[in-house]
Amino acid sequence: MLLIADIEKQFKGLRVEAGLRIPPGSSTTILFGPSGAGKTTVLRCIAGLEKLSAGRIIFDGQDWASVPPQKRPIGYLFQDYALFPHLRVRDNIGYAARRSPGTVKQVASMLKVDDLLDRWPSELSGGQQQRVALARVLARKPRLLLLDEPLSALDAATRDHVRSELVQLLRTLGIPAIVVTHDWVDALTLGDQMVVMSGGRVLQAGPPQEVFTRPQHPEVATAAGVETVVTGRIRWREGGVALLDVGSAQLATADPGGQEVDFYVCIRGEDVTLEKGRAEQSSARNHLRGTVSGIAVAGVLTKVIIDVGFELVALVTRQAATDLGLVKGAEIFAVFKASAVHLIPNARI
Amino acid sequence: MNWEALITTLKLALATSAILMLIALPLSYWVAFSKWRWKFLVEAVVALPLVLPPTVLGFYVLIALGPQSPLGSFGLPFTFGGLVLASVLYSLPFAVQPIAAAFGAVERKYIEASWMLGVSNLETFFRVIVPQSRAGVVTGFVLSFAHTLGEFGVVLMVGGDIPGVTRTLSIDIYDQVQSLNYSSAAITSAVLLIISFMILSIVYALNRKVWFFAADRRHREAV
Repeated sequence: MLLIADIEKQFKGLRVEAGLRIPPGSSTTILFGPSGAGKTTVLRCIAGLEKLSAGRIIFDGQDWASVPPQKRPIGYLFQDYALFPHLRVRDNIGYAARRSPGTVKQVASMLKVDDLLDRWPSELSGGQQQRVALARVLARKPRLLLLDEPLSALDAATRDHVRSELVQLLRTLGIPAIVVTHDWVDALTLGDQMVVMSGGRVLQAGPPQEVFTRPQHPEVATAAGVETVVTGRIRWREGGVALLDVGSAQLATADPGGQEVDFYVCIRGEDVTLEKGRAEQSSARNHLRGTVSGIAVAGVLTKVIIDVGFELVALVTRQAATDLGLVKGAEIFAVFKASAVHLIPNARI
Repeated sequence: MNWEALITTLKLALATSAILMLIALPLSYWVAFSKWRWKFLVEAVVALPLVLPPTVLGFYVLIALGPQSPLGSFGLPFTFGGLVLASVLYSLPFAVQPIAAAFGAVERKYIEASWMLGVSNLETFFRVIVPQSRAGVVTGFVLSFAHTLGEFGVVLMVGGDIPGVTRTLSIDIYDQVQSLNYSSAAITSAVLLIISFMILSIVYALNRKVWFFAADRRHREAV
């Protein structure tokens, strides 16, 4: 392991406890959870910006207990990037590598910010600030990247674009990264591994897809907010609609555009309607026949797992479950609109 | 108009504020960032000259510099050097308070960003904290300069009104009035008034960011 972090940090109101193992090589670990879960605290402990109350951080065999933040080979991307407002982009990027203009040039061209070097940080858009901040971090030649909510400061339109750039970058760099986020799209897109935190504790760890589909804790399910995550492949696209093979079923969705064919198919349980027979006419594009394979109480709702060729989760009221006579083995139609299907590019195939 | 006194005054103010910068920068850093629980005591000592009668301060400095004290061997009473020392103490809060306030206003994330880029505390001080506190540092310098210009009690106690050495403008005015030379006192007073007004205008303009820090202003507007 490149990094072994067993962290205990006592705050005024909160106790944060987390264990992380980061292997060497290009792998991205997502620290996922709602705000106040202690994610940023874990990051700051690893960086040395917070002292541990107890525990240990071992990096590449070296105990970091008495290593100051300056001596840790970490690239830390702050949530709002923390570009120095009194320095131009060139000097921000060169801040760590002052005596090496070559490094500045190299990272600037890698992140495509060459033409921004003479600007002030305040003259940059959100996406540009993020790239400059990443360039500044990389100029230090870090061996571990810590990214605190790298996309949360961006507006929705920019975020999708920057996210796909970030995926590319993280794969190219070959440096392990720990990424803090509360966005499940980030988690699925960027993460090889995922650690879900809430209230200062780790609730679950594993590959993101597994965590989302098999939450072992109600809080994980709530935090994720998406009950069905399966892999799918686009069979054909026409007129803004794409037809996907998912398991042995076929789904209609809005065409996500681009060239990718492999996707994570995400469907929220609330978006799935259950019907006894097949409706004659409906605006919903997807009518899947299946059998109920599991029923569980989820708060005020009932969680129904239906085998429609893949495992689909629907959330319905208890009353509806009773009225429909839902029992294990019952046959049912699951109905949802094409727009209820969220596609996330699956780069790991 | 006593030109000799004007030059003595400007020399004193310049020497005082220059030395104060050397003392106030590290002291302000400590005041702004130390987590020592008894820090307030130091802050109170630094602020003392604001409320203490100048004669009290001057009295203690005189005793401290006198032949009975360990500092006595330097022979500082009634010399320019002694005057500078007393002025430094007297103007200390005028340098430390604006600079410490500016240091304290530097956002933590910039300091941490500097650390995370492998830069030491000392280098972070000069590359992040001081540049982002320029207005405060300049204010501290200018205010201590202006305050020294207007000194009277301390200068009288420690300096002793020696022409060309320790006779400053404010003392010169007092002497003129004592000898009923009102017209000369009026001119000197006007000169001191104008200089003081100009200096304070600079301070307030700086804090309104009228001329400098275009980058800061752009930043603030963008945020």
